[in-house]
Amino acid sequence: MNANRWMRWVWPAVPIAGALVVTSLLLILFGAAPLEAFQAMYQGAFGDQSKILSVMAFWIPLLLASTGLLITFRAGLWNIGIEGQIVVGALAASWVALSLDAPAAVLITLEIVAAMLAGALWAALSAVFKTRGNVHEIFSGLALNSIAIILTNYLISGPWQPPEGGTFRGTAPFQPAALLPLYENSRFSPLSLILAVIAFILVVIALRGTFWGLKLKAIGKNLRSAFLLGVSSEREMILAMMFCGALAGLGGAVRTLSWFDSLRQSISGGIGFMALLVVMLSNYRIFLVPPIAFFFSMVLNGSITLQLRTQLHSSLGGILTELMVLFVLLFGDWAKLGFSRKKDDDG
Amino acid sequence: MHIELRDIRKYFGPVKANDGINLVFEGGRIYGLLGENGAGKSTLMKILSGYQSPDSGQVIFDGQTQNFSSPADALDKGIGMLYQDPLDVPAFSVKDNYLLGRDRRFVLNYQSASHELQEMTARFDFQLDLQTTIDNLSLGERQQLELARLLVGGAQVLILDEPTTGISAEQKEVLFDSMRKLAREEGKTLILVSHKLDEVQELCDHAVVLRRGELVGETDIPCPNEKLVEMMFGQIPERSARPEYDKGETVLELVDLRVPTYRLTIQDINLVVRAGEVFGLAGLEGSGQRLVLQACAGLLHPDQGKILLADQDVSGWPYHRMQSAGMGYLAAGRLEEGLIAGLTLEEHVELAKPKHSFFVKRKELYSKTETKIEQFQIVGRPDSNADELSGGNQQRLLFALLRDNLKLILLEHPTRGLDVRSSNWIWDQLYLRREEGTAILFMSADLDEIFERSDRIAVFSGGVMSRVLDTKDTSVDEIGHLIGGQA
Amino acid sequence: MDSSQLILTLASIVLVSTPLIIAVCGEILTERAGIVNLSLDGTMLMAAMTGFIVAFETDNVWLGFLAGMGIGAFFAFIVAFGSIRLRQSQYAIGFVLTLLGDDLSAFLGQNYTRIPGPIIKHLPIPVLKDIPIIGPIFFNQDPVVYFAFILVAVTWFWLFRTQPGLRLRSAGDRPEAGFARGVGINFQRYLYTILGGALVGIAGASYSLNIKIGWSEGITRGLGWIALAIVIFGGWSPIRGMFGALLFGATKALATYLQRTFPEVSVVAFNAIPWVLMILVLLLVSSDFTERLVTIAPKSLQRPLQRLLRVSPPQALGSTFVEE
Repeated sequence: MNANRWMRWVWPAVPIAGALVVTSLLLILFGAAPLEAFQAMYQGAFGDQSKILSVMAFWIPLLLASTGLLITFRAGLWNIGIEGQIVVGALAASWVALSLDAPAAVLITLEIVAAMLAGALWAALSAVFKTRGNVHEIFSGLALNSIAIILTNYLISGPWQPPEGGTFRGTAPFQPAALLPLYENSRFSPLSLILAVIAFILVVIALRGTFWGLKLKAIGKNLRSAFLLGVSSEREMILAMMFCGALAGLGGAVRTLSWFDSLRQSISGGIGFMALLVVMLSNYRIFLVPPIAFFFSMVLNGSITLQLRTQLHSSLGGILTELMVLFVLLFGDWAKLGFSRKKDDDG
Repeated sequence: MHIELRDIRKYFGPVKANDGINLVFEGGRIYGLLGENGAGKSTLMKILSGYQSPDSGQVIFDGQTQNFSSPADALDKGIGMLYQDPLDVPAFSVKDNYLLGRDRRFVLNYQSASHELQEMTARFDFQLDLQTTIDNLSLGERQQLELARLLVGGAQVLILDEPTTGISAEQKEVLFDSMRKLAREEGKTLILVSHKLDEVQELCDHAVVLRRGELVGETDIPCPNEKLVEMMFGQIPERSARPEYDKGETVLELVDLRVPTYRLTIQDINLVVRAGEVFGLAGLEGSGQRLVLQACAGLLHPDQGKILLADQDVSGWPYHRMQSAGMGYLAAGRLEEGLIAGLTLEEHVELAKPKHSFFVKRKELYSKTETKIEQFQIVGRPDSNADELSGGNQQRLLFALLRDNLKLILLEHPTRGLDVRSSNWIWDQLYLRREEGTAILFMSADLDEIFERSDRIAVFSGGVMSRVLDTKDTSVDEIGHLIGGQA
Repeated sequence: MDSSQLILTLASIVLVSTPLIIAVCGEILTERAGIVNLSLDGTMLMAAMTGFIVAFETDNVWLGFLAGMGIGAFFAFIVAFGSIRLRQSQYAIGFVLTLLGDDLSAFLGQNYTRIPGPIIKHLPIPVLKDIPIIGPIFFNQDPVVYFAFILVAVTWFWLFRTQPGLRLRSAGDRPEAGFARGVGINFQRYLYTILGGALVGIAGASYSLNIKIGWSEGITRGLGWIALAIVIFGGWSPIRGMFGALLFGATKALATYLQRTFPEVSVVAFNAIPWVLMILVLLLVSSDFTERLVTIAPKSLQRPLQRLLRVSPPQALGSTFVEE
């Protein structure tokens, strides 16, 4: 590999290291030793079995959402509305959990289907606003996110309030049959892992092996040429959003049925936005997404222990990951920084 | 005002847009700047008006060498250019647009703006609504405003780039009257960039002709049109004898077609293309040929008239439907409207397939792409990115992507920017297709190509289509006349 | 509700809407120049935190506001620099900054939560405050409120009645035309993104130094997003943006009031209003609905109606411009 190409691969390590440095500086500012702090984080993530299981349980919905975003990013879409799609997925699953009486297998299946459908439809709204109304998906996504959250708050404090009265914290715990079976005493559901793996495999196949994935790639790079080559962008964009919405909705269901045992106020926990960061940091490379999502989960769960041990606010984990994304965004593109010299075109 | 362009050179990569041009412009005269597309007219004028700087050479005003930093700088020194699409701000009101960059006064003085505009419009008999916004005005009105702005800004030299495309006849009269007034009564220098010979004859005192980046001639007007045509297009060799080819059934028929767009509306378009026929649309850019092609492709829709493909009424059919019906379209912008930068040759081949399987069959696709590469002699591998190919190879790729057994192939500038070998190869491919019975309709600004390759020709000028000519019965002169706008 | 209570409520609506008004004016300037600054929410949190800490440590409210301005300008600068010089997506950069601002403010402010600090002193304007009704609502407030309303007027005047305003608008509407008239497009974009950010910083700081006393985590969360929405459905105009912000404040107040008297009525509807409005406006913009509406209206009303309903975004919003 010539020097240029090598640099392009290796260079992103520099901004990532930069993020670590800045985070360490913050720690020092608050009187904590960085090494200790990072150790605390590590222990918080891997210290014992229950912690590892927590990391995995947090990882699954994040992975589902990130995987879905790979599809929308491939089509050139900025699906900021993913938060809302996660939320309505959780809402749909909750509705099934609260309204129906059936054996666990039936309930869970229905919850999953309902969640995916709800997420897909919520995403389709944004998509149709874009294709028919020319409304940028960032803005419709923001609006639909807020509406989904408002809807949740309404349901929690109103029709779905727990028997002791609405407190805005959440609904009453769901019937046990509605919840996903958990591994031992943790919040981790093996079933959700299986679903996530299946989803990931499906997305890999879709993006790399199907004609549809190729169409999305074409749309994402050059809408006009894709059209002239015969690709109908409207249909594909809507399908892409729905696919992502379904996975996001599934993530929401997993959150509400395993991480929690009820519908809560901040049901998504910012996972949707986090998923956007995961995909940005992975530079849209499919196979980097699961490990990076895992890393995020590790850091975020670890920082809870950090807070317990050092009294430092747990947001440090978020800061670390966000700085990484920011620095990679700004300084991670070796070519754009103007250091590399491109061959002259003799086109 | 005495303007001299001394040895102006401007290169874009290997393309010599201006290759050592020497010109003098005197005050009080109206000049016509003529030349085919790609002759270098716009580049030269952009340099003169401060939008671009030359690679070498000088612009000299009244003995002083100038170095413009921007069009605004040039206007300060007295040169203003009116673009074909005026550089105004559609969302602004007329007065705001007039005042932008006008002076250093902090608070906008609408009263004085009104005053100045009214004075200017009265002077030239412009009928303008000063209370509205720019996007409510027609193209002609926007031009008038821009002209007013340039004059008030102190322009002594005015360059007008194809100003009469897209304006009404009345507006044209008003424009020409104002131009005469400016030159004769006020001693300003006017440069009209145009390909319409009748207008140049009507308005200008002196014509300057560019071809392929060089100044090929100057002459006073009036002068016979043939002379101008000859300078613009050069000597065309006698058409090589080509065997007659039997044409088949009518494939494409346009009946009284009318296609409206913001800039230009074409109407009364009637033509017929038969199987195996090569039909050329001549004329310079912006004259309407492209609209015809786009209408036939289903990218634009007519509001009057009919399009028939193999006797079927396809008027108003959308593009993808036309594709399925056996129409193939090759746009001029290879990377903007045809190929996708970042996608490989393989991926393009897969996208262009008429029928698709759910999964992409890698091995099959690879060998299919290899076959196409060989067949079309593309310099590249199946996994090369389309944007890595040279222009000629990109065009070959676009050809490789055309479906088989098409009824009709529509091409915009099929050999633009290609060397002779690639151009010949492209036409060999097209002839192969025509032997299969495909009808070919193409547009080109290269008169050589039109004359050499077409069986029949129609010429477009200012949105109007001439009568259809049989190539063996016509001459370059006649085509040149028609391009210049004379029936 | 009796009349004095009503007046108090209205006065508090004005107070509460103030940060939004300021932020909206700032973002309007930024977007009119052609850049979308998605980092508003995070910026406001950072500014609220920084403003409070600085004011607390120096016991000087004004220094707190200055610090807030600085932070706002800094975040905005990153967005501008990243998109203009480094040619990365302004949406991506703004988005990361918004999340970063949230977490960073929580972390850096962790030792300063819920402690009282200096606040802006109330500043009733003599004479004016005694005017019946509008007096107590508008003139019995503190300097930040007055600043907000003056800002609306100044922003409007700047944008629509001055030469610098024309230059600013050309950068966002048609950079090629601006360039041809001697406008430095990238300069305009840097300038107004940073200036807009500074205003957003003031808005954030006013929350912890004026409206709520002190800092607590997430104190302004959500306001930045709402400001973005208001810019859109206010049609990128400061006056309509001001009304949008007041409307938002009013719906919040109305929601709480109604909830007390009619517990059944869903709060949903009111909180969702700015968002539904934003989508509606965006849909309206791209369709020709407003144009058709104008053509059916009586001739004399057409021009003012057209000006009122002009809600389209700056044409070049979000795109890059390369100066030749």
